[in-house]
Amino acid sequence: MKMPRDRLIRYSPLDRANHWTMAMVFVLLALSGLAFFHPAFFFLSHTLGGPVWARILHPFLGVVLVLLFYAMAARHVRRNLLGENDVQWVRQIGDVVDNRDEKLPPIGKYNPGQKLVYWALVVSIAVLLISGVIMWRPWFAGYFPIPLIRFASLLHTVSAFVAIVTIVVHVYAAIWVKGSIRSMTRGWVTRAWARHHHGLWAREQEEAQHREQQP
Amino acid sequence: MDNSQNIIARSATTTTPPQVRGHVDEVAKLIDVSKCIGCKACQVACMEWNDLRDDVGECHGTYDNPTDLTSESWTVMRFSEYETQEGNLEWLIRKDGCMHCAEPGCLKACPAPGAIVQYANGIVDFDSNHCIGCGYCITGCPFDIPRISPKDQKSYKCTLCSDRVNAGMEPACVKTCPTNCIEFGTKEDMLARAEKRVGDLKELGFRDAGIYDPAGVGGTHVMYVLHHANDPNRYSGLPKDPRISPLVGAWKGATKPIMSAIIGITAFAGVIHYMTKGPKEEPEEHAGHGQDDAPPPHSLGYDATRPRGEDR
Repeated sequence: MKMPRDRLIRYSPLDRANHWTMAMVFVLLALSGLAFFHPAFFFLSHTLGGPVWARILHPFLGVVLVLLFYAMAARHVRRNLLGENDVQWVRQIGDVVDNRDEKLPPIGKYNPGQKLVYWALVVSIAVLLISGVIMWRPWFAGYFPIPLIRFASLLHTVSAFVAIVTIVVHVYAAIWVKGSIRSMTRGWVTRAWARHHHGLWAREQEEAQHREQQP
Repeated sequence: MDNSQNIIARSATTTTPPQVRGHVDEVAKLIDVSKCIGCKACQVACMEWNDLRDDVGECHGTYDNPTDLTSESWTVMRFSEYETQEGNLEWLIRKDGCMHCAEPGCLKACPAPGAIVQYANGIVDFDSNHCIGCGYCITGCPFDIPRISPKDQKSYKCTLCSDRVNAGMEPACVKTCPTNCIEFGTKEDMLARAEKRVGDLKELGFRDAGIYDPAGVGGTHVMYVLHHANDPNRYSGLPKDPRISPLVGAWKGATKPIMSAIIGITAFAGVIHYMTKGPKEEPEEHAGHGQDDAPPPHSLGYDATRPRGEDR
């Protein structure tokens, strides 16, 4: 498909399909997990067909999430390392929050906030996987000593908390920054959006296009 | 479920459970280890009354049969051969099973509302109908008692024959015990009887005899008289100072309200930020950009004060 000239491709169809599959799986995991976390949320176990089905399905969904997430994370790790102007951007976090974007330095494809989301999930999902396997009945928990299962249960809770808060921030950021939800549903952003929010990335993309057009 | 109007604690429940009935005496089962002959009549009585038929297991070279608690063996005799410092052999036989703690770790850990209840008389009971099979009760128990059935993935353990007790009878194991090693009554009476027995044992030369009613779990409704109360561990690993693990306490304690609140506050902060600061609106195209060919790099309108390398 030919992209109109005032647009840049930000997320490939594969990235988008992966993202929204993960989003659905994460929501189901979070709701069923919260059901086991606090009695106030127990009713949420019905999102997976009742408490027993939630107990059965939750770990399998967790494995699906792990596969999808790390397949994506591996492809984007380079873009999520500390980049040019990131430190300065963090110093001006007040300008970010107050929407004084014109004062911010241009940054790469992901800003430090997005990178923090990335790394928080890379770590918390790894901890969730390991601790989750240790807790997983009836398949695996029986192979581990009970004190280890206790430790894993606490870790699972804390890392799930980190992951859920991270995703709440991630979802709000998408609502806050207009144009970003479209980038993940349709795949493209306007050039103006790219220059405004991710100046270094926009320039890199435009230079690449420029080179292609001048053989 | 019995005693449904007299419940003092209920799993995964933050409000007061039904307890309209008035004062109820706490009950207790007293197991005098020094009188046990290891006949396993209690195991048989337990199977019979509770209608359990465990698979025939394997012998692993001791009298332990079955070798461990299972979802269909709620009590087992554990035999240990202990050699004293003087070179004497002591054959210590302990009837293992649920201790019915005053502060039950299983109940604290259970995420399913009402799957574990504690009656006013002290009995801790599993309502298997509400069990979801997560195994958190195993994680929470300081005595390693609950077992999940491979047949239905529900958790099971000794009920202290709550059905019999509710009808004014003693538990099946108590009724059948041929040496009166197992006795049943109010906790007060059982403590008095245990103290008398400890006195007798001390006269017989067991200087360290004592009652096992561990305070770390608030006391238990199954108590032992031990000839070596200073070292319960020698009775097949009976824990000296059992308590709900601090890890379970953290997992099922303060983390729950605090982390729930932070998740809610984070979402709420987003709402407030959106209402007060507003969104970052879609930036508009500058005149002359967007419609023509991709502009050359030098005309992109970045912050001119920012240092820029030549090689990009």
